[in-house]
Amino acid sequence: MTSSPRAELSDPVRAGATTASDTSEYALRLGDDALVYAQRLGGWIAAAPQLEEDVALGNIALDQLGQARAFLTYAGELEGAGRDEDALAYLRGERDFLNAQIFELPRGDFADTTARMLVVAAYQFELYTDLQASTDPTLAAVAAKAVKEVDYHRDHATQWTLRLGDGTEESHRRMQRGLDDVWPYVPELFESDELVRRLADSGVAVDPPTVDARVTAYVDAVLAEATLTRPETNVRHTGGRRGLHTETMGYLLAEMQHLARSHPGASW
Amino acid sequence: MTEPPFEPAEPTLAGTQDLTAAGGHGAVPTSGVPTEQAPAAAARREWPLWEVFVRAKRGLSHVHVGSLHAPDAAMAVRNARDLYTRRQEGVSIWVLPAGQITASSPDEKDAFFEPAGDKIYRHPTFYDVPEGVEHL
Repeated sequence: MTSSPRAELSDPVRAGATTASDTSEYALRLGDDALVYAQRLGGWIAAAPQLEEDVALGNIALDQLGQARAFLTYAGELEGAGRDEDALAYLRGERDFLNAQIFELPRGDFADTTARMLVVAAYQFELYTDLQASTDPTLAAVAAKAVKEVDYHRDHATQWTLRLGDGTEESHRRMQRGLDDVWPYVPELFESDELVRRLADSGVAVDPPTVDARVTAYVDAVLAEATLTRPETNVRHTGGRRGLHTETMGYLLAEMQHLARSHPGASW
Repeated sequence: MTEPPFEPAEPTLAGTQDLTAAGGHGAVPTSGVPTEQAPAAAARREWPLWEVFVRAKRGLSHVHVGSLHAPDAAMAVRNARDLYTRRQEGVSIWVLPAGQITASSPDEKDAFFEPAGDKIYRHPTFYDVPEGVEHL
């Protein structure tokens, strides 16, 4: 790609609009992952087991929110319909959100949150690592900033997985249960479809199956050291990339969006 | 309706206690307030205390910035990163178990520090700076 997506947008005759629309949807997926995840992590603020952990989870939530803002802003630009990050975050309905379902799961207890963070951060780390080489300069730049952030999230989750898994009998039991709860939602992260394959072929996107082995290797190594067992399950939840979500998603959006929808255009 | 009117199980704070607006936080009860720490809170606070030192940039010393709780040293460094370097305050962090610090006692203040008070000749203020010396 030599021309910028914006140039393509302004010149629909060159059929670039299709590419821009594809890239927009891809940015929306990444942005929704981060946005919904930030909202879930925010649920720990003032409720974490320790003040120190409260701040740590808040920082991680803010990192995710920052990534969401960059991706959603870009998705809105490419879409060309005048929607900014706020319009995309606050004024879309549930079926328009394209995040994988693992991001919208309720925060659960601290072990649930740690289990999800281990998988999700390992996934985002490998994804952003590869996305830095995207032919789309904006996606590459956002990934380059985000990869350092999720590197820390991965470390945070790793430290806690080791301590809870290889801690007391009770902490081990709850950490294992957290993994068991999260696991049916993991395979969706590595699903591919026509859109992402098309974008990956042109060098814009990262095809999720290509990071599966690295993520799995990392998570397996942590689990082994933490004396935890990788869950075996045939249950696979999917559909988030097509706008199909779990029953908790509506409540999440209601809480996240109600202020912006009740007071349109409100500002500080 | 034979049901008795609703009565609160506990008397309300405002009705039974002295109140004051001390501290500017509005009405604060001054009696009947538990002053001892709840046992549950003590049980949760089993993590040891760590003192945190942050170096702002290369060439400067690590400076004490505060303390925090963490289960072990590795987590203490990470908590310190989250609590004390959120705004790019540092490039290096030290943590130290608070119990490992031996401090001078306030009772020894006079013996320790008072004698230095009248020995102004220990300050390098009795030298004439030669003319033409810059940047001193």
